[in-house]
This record gives sequence, structure tokens and C-alpha cells, in this order.
Amino acid sequence: MTTTTPPLDAAVASPVKTRRGRTSGEIAKKQLSSPWASLAAVVLAALWTLPTFGLLVTSFRPEADIKKSGWWTFFTNPTFSLENYQKVLGGSGSDNLAPYFVNSLVITIPAVLAPILIASLAAYAFAWMDFRGKNFLFVTVFALQVVPIQVTLIPLLSLYVNLGIAGTYWAVWLSHTMFALPLAVFLLHNFMREIPGELIEAARMDGAGHVTIFFKLMLPMLTPALAAFGIYQFLWVWNDLLVALTFAGSSKAVAPMTVALFNLTGTRGSAWQLLSSGAFVSIIVPVLVFVFLQRYFVRGLLAGSVKG
Amino acid sequence: MGITTTRRIKVASAAAAGLALVLTGCSSGGSSGSSSASSSADCSAYSQYGDLSGKTVTVYAGIVAPEDAAYIESFKPFEQCTGAKVDYTADKNFETQILVQAQSGNAPDLAIVPQPGLLKQLVATKAAKAAPAAVAANVDKWWGADWKSYGTVDGTFYAAPSGASVKSLVWYNPQKFKEAGYTVPTTLDEMAALTKKIADSGQVPWCAGISSGEATGWPITDWMEDFMLRIGGPKVYDQWVNHDIAFNSAVPTEALDGVGAYLKNPAYVNAGFGGVESIATTTFQDAGLGIPTGDCSMMRMASFYSSNFPTDGSVTVSKDGNAFAFYLPGQKADDHPVLGGGEFYLAFADRPEVQAFQTFLSTDTWANLKAKASSSITKGGWITANKGLDIANLVNPIDQLSAGILQDPNTVFRFDGSDMMPAAVGSDSFWKQSTNWITGQSTKDTLDKIEASWPKS
Repeated sequence: MTTTTPPLDAAVASPVKTRRGRTSGEIAKKQLSSPWASLAAVVLAALWTLPTFGLLVTSFRPEADIKKSGWWTFFTNPTFSLENYQKVLGGSGSDNLAPYFVNSLVITIPAVLAPILIASLAAYAFAWMDFRGKNFLFVTVFALQVVPIQVTLIPLLSLYVNLGIAGTYWAVWLSHTMFALPLAVFLLHNFMREIPGELIEAARMDGAGHVTIFFKLMLPMLTPALAAFGIYQFLWVWNDLLVALTFAGSSKAVAPMTVALFNLTGTRGSAWQLLSSGAFVSIIVPVLVFVFLQRYFVRGLLAGSVKG
Repeated sequence: MGITTTRRIKVASAAAAGLALVLTGCSSGGSSGSSSASSSADCSAYSQYGDLSGKTVTVYAGIVAPEDAAYIESFKPFEQCTGAKVDYTADKNFETQILVQAQSGNAPDLAIVPQPGLLKQLVATKAAKAAPAAVAANVDKWWGADWKSYGTVDGTFYAAPSGASVKSLVWYNPQKFKEAGYTVPTTLDEMAALTKKIADSGQVPWCAGISSGEATGWPITDWMEDFMLRIGGPKVYDQWVNHDIAFNSAVPTEALDGVGAYLKNPAYVNAGFGGVESIATTTFQDAGLGIPTGDCSMMRMASFYSSNFPTDGSVTVSKDGNAFAFYLPGQKADDHPVLGGGEFYLAFADRPEVQAFQTFLSTDTWANLKAKASSSITKGGWITANKGLDIANLVNPIDQLSAGILQDPNTVFRFDGSDMMPAAVGSDSFWKQSTNWITGQSTKDTLDKIEASWPKS
């Protein structure tokens, strides 16, 4: 991870040589890889992972044991059962998470792609096009970030009811897109501003219009920022309960995993032995997304946040 | 790289648009025909509702799996005989969601409302519809006047009762009681004597747990309500709930001290968990698990607790099994005050099919259908105060006991007071101050603080 430096950063940050002839990067590398730092990192990682590990162990224990003793007793008194997963993945009743899993995917994919598409176009306009009231509009968009979701719930739902789309996927897609746009526009705008103006000008001299510049020049360079924001938005939408529950409701046709997980414990919270296995079914997709895209995530987090 | 990325994004956006089209196609359909469970059922009782083919009634509730299956099953005869479709959805966030939905005009046709307090709030949104005359007539016929009054707001009758629960129960272990020669108490004094006897034998008699997420403290409010009903009687109880007497007046003080004589006595609690403080950190679900094992002798908890015992066969809930409940006795053996709860069907639409379904739900026919469905699907766990309920349709001994208590003509039923008080008290300060009380705050401070939190209006 430390060896792959994004091309853009390399271009912007010129290595500063110290008196002893070492770059600041080398010093940082040496300091960060000291055994003490490694130890601290390992301890932190272990502490961080321990609860999740406990959850994993719990999910394989029989119901009576889960309710009677802590997961650590597994090591002195190992009992193993797949019953929790059978119920959650193949159960006959509403315990079965499979249909909700599909709903979650159906909600999440458009709700991630739509804001990225709109925001990157908007960010391009804000960054490289001149029109009247541009700064005012940009500040307005950015200021919209401070509006809390909660105050918008009832007015938005009334609108959706009038449009006749309450309780459908459309309401959820639209809401997630709306809530994501301010931050997305801001992040991508800052990232695009960092691209040297000479590049754009050179492209213009060659006769490229805005469309060509956007698709042939900007998008390839934006990949890390887009991926980072995509992961961010994916995790947010996948784990969202409030927006989906309010706008789509809890019917089996549209409700995502989070709603099903929330209901899994039963009306009076007595069936919580299913929670650990349900949680793992729900975690698996974000973990996969994160593992496969994490190099973009670390790289892209810095995108747009630090000005060179 | 440039070209391939461009192409990739084009493909992605095209796919997104395509996906959107496909999915909207899916979301509107997806209704499955009801399976023929009892297709040859006798439909003559349903002719009064007329032909409702092609009509749909939506029902929204906070009752989720596995209890929801029994509701859906009990609606089937109505669906088969009238042709209407009942669409049941539920989630545990019902109590906040239904308010949002009512305010934004997205309410379901029918909601199963678990508290009279919430019912009042929903009626105040002006989205609710008063119950039709046929429902009112059914409720007059099958329920007591007290039940009808819980579904009435400002003189207008809105909601017919659905299920009920009995909270004045004490869980115990009949086998252990028999071995030790204890008998089930029939007065409060006998219960105090039994408690002392068990404590003297070296056992900690009571177990309790009040931890329940943001609702932590509610089991104590139930304890106090039960003692209010017994010490003050139903009349004073009603005054207390309506705030006609102060929360920190004499009778409530006596009632909470009465609870403290059990729950704050280190010799009497908390079997299997520790001292008095451990009550605050033990979840109510876990508190009574020591009853079948014999670690704990008694726990005051509502009838629904039976669903908390492990289902691996180690627990038998019955009169001579290792877990059962007795009625929390009154001052005298003839006194039969009962604290309980229940759900109500509130309508947000007055279309003919909704009113027909509402009427069906208020009959004894549905009560028995639901009881049978619950018996076969969740092994019971559902009762109603509908006098037409045939106890033979219940399989769970606890349900039989509870339904018997509700149908007993001597019983004086009162709804759980914290569900009727304003939310600032009933689901806030009453819970929180009760929790403080169990961790050491004095009775006087506790009641003073709850009194101070009562909304002024």
C-alpha cells in the first residue's frame, strides 16, 4: 500500500531533501515502521476486531448457550451449531433475510451510482465553467449539508405521497441521492480544481469541448475520488435504516436488510440469538466492497481535502 | 486507461438506467395468491360483508415475526370469502413511523396501536377515522365498557380492541414449590409471608431485571401500578393515571414503598444476579431464566414472558411443570384487580372494504380464528378480552390462565397506567426515575421528580 503512490500526488508533492540526503517520506517510513509503532498498531487492531470476533463466535453457538453465557466460554466449552444461519438464510418465516438482501442490493446500487453521476457533472460545471451566480450557487449547495435529515422526513414524505411514489424504490433512491449530493459535489469539485488549468487549456486548444474534456480528461483522473466517494455512499446506504423505513416502509417487497435485522429479535426482543448470524449476513457485502476497493479508499480520502 | 474508463462509466450508467426500469416493473407487482389453507371454509358468516373482490386493505403494526404469521393466517377466511386482500406489514419502529405516516398523509388503512396514549396522539393528527356503528355494536356486545373507553377519544369511539395481555402475574416454579411445601399466596399478606419464609430458608426469593434499552425501568412502573391498584383501589388508580391526584401524594408513596419492601430488600433480591443494584443492569428477558432451574423462586412479569424461556425442551410451562405463573393477589382473596395491556385497531380510511374488515376484526369469529392460529403457529402467546373467546382454543397454559382471569366476572381490569400517561411521564420520567430509585434514590425524591415532570396544561 505504501509503495503505490497515486500519479497525481506524485506530481504535486515534490520530494523535499533534508540535510542528510533523505526525503521526508523515507523518514516518515522509518519512524512509522519502528517496532513500537507496529506493536501499537497490532494492539489497536486486536482491540478493534475483538467485538466482531465475539459476534462471529456467538453466531455459531446454540440458542440456549447464547442466552446463558458469554461467547468467551466457547473456548472452555465448545458447542457448535449452524441453526442460526439456517434460520436467517433459509427460514420459512419472516426470519429469512434472503429477500431483504436482494432489496438492499436493489436500493444500494442506483443510490450509489446516481449521486456520483450527477455530482461529477455538477462539480465539473462548478470547477471549470463560467456562469453567473456560480459562487453563490456553490455556497448554497455546500450549505445544504447542514440540513439534518430528520427535519426533512415528514415534508419529503408528504411530497412523495402526492407524487404517488411513497413506499416504492423511487422514494428511497431519490432521497439517498438528494442527501448525498451536497458532500459529493463539494468533494469532487475540490478534486477537480486541483487539476492544473494548463491541461484543460491544452485540451481546449486541440478543439475539445466540455463533453470531451469531462469524459476523456476528467473522469479518468477522477477515478480514485469517485471510488472513494462510492464506497462511502455504499456503506451509508447499505447500513441505512431511517431513510428506507420512512420512505419505503417495511413491506417485504421493498424493505432492505436493516429493517429485517431490526425486526429479527421479535416483537419483544426475545429472539436475539439470531442477531449475530443476521449481522454477519449483512456485514459480508460491505466487507467485500471494502476489501476490494480499499486502495482507492485510502488514496481517495485525501482527494479534495488537502490543497497542494 | 482513459478510453476503457470512459467506456466503463458509460456502461455503468446505462446499466443503472436499465436496472431502474426493470426494478420499477418488479416493485408494483409481486402479490402472491393466498394458498388454499381451508378453501372450503363456511362463508355464510361473511355474506354480510358483501363481495370485496379486487379490494385491498393495508394493515400496519409493530408485531413482527414470528407472531405476525398468526395474524396473517387469521385474516385468510375473510380474504377467501369476500375476495378482499389484506396486506400486513410490520416493523418494530411502528410507534414513531405511524406518527410520521399519519402526519404526512401516508397512513395505512388500519393500524394496530398498542397504547391508548399513542391512539390519542394519532387521533390528534386528524388522519384517523371514527369506527363505524357496526364495530361499536360489536364492541358493546363482546367487551366490557372499560375496554371501549380505552378506544374512545373525546367522546368519539375510534378503535376496537384486539389482543390483550395480563400483567398481574408472578412467575414461579411449581415443581420446586411442591418440593419445598410452599403454597401459592392468595392475598398480599400471604405473599409477604411466603417471601419471608423462602428468605429464612437461605434462598433469595425474588428476581427482577429492568434493563430494556431506552425503555429501561418499565418493569418497576408495572410493579408500582399493580400496587397502586391493590393499595388504592381502581378509583384512586384512575385518579392517579389522570393526574387528578398528585404523583407524590400519599397513596402512590405507599404503593412505591410497598414495591420497595420487595425489590429494595437485599435479603429478597436479586436471585442469581447479585444485590439490589443488579436489578438495574439485568435485562428483563434474562431476569426470569433462573425460575425453571430453581435459582429464583418468584418474578413479577406479564404473561408474554413465557416466550423468553429456551425452546430446547428444558422448560415446561404448565401447572405442574418447572415454570408457571400465579395471579399477583389482591389485599383480600376476593379482590381481583388486574393490570394489563392491549392493542387496538385504528382506521385511517373509511372505504367500505376497510369498514367491513374492521367489523370482522371486532367479532368473536375473528377472536377465535386468531386464537387458533396463534395456538398452531406460535404455540399460543395471544389472548383477547373478547368475551366470545373460547378458552378451549388456547393451548398455552399461561394463555388459559390469563384468559380465565380476564373473563372472570369479579375481575376489575385496568390498563397499564404508564401507557396512558403523557409521554413525558409514561415513557420518560417514570422509567428514568424508577431506575434511579432502584439504584438508591429515595421514594420521596423519586415521586417528587416525576410529579415535577408532568406537563402543565
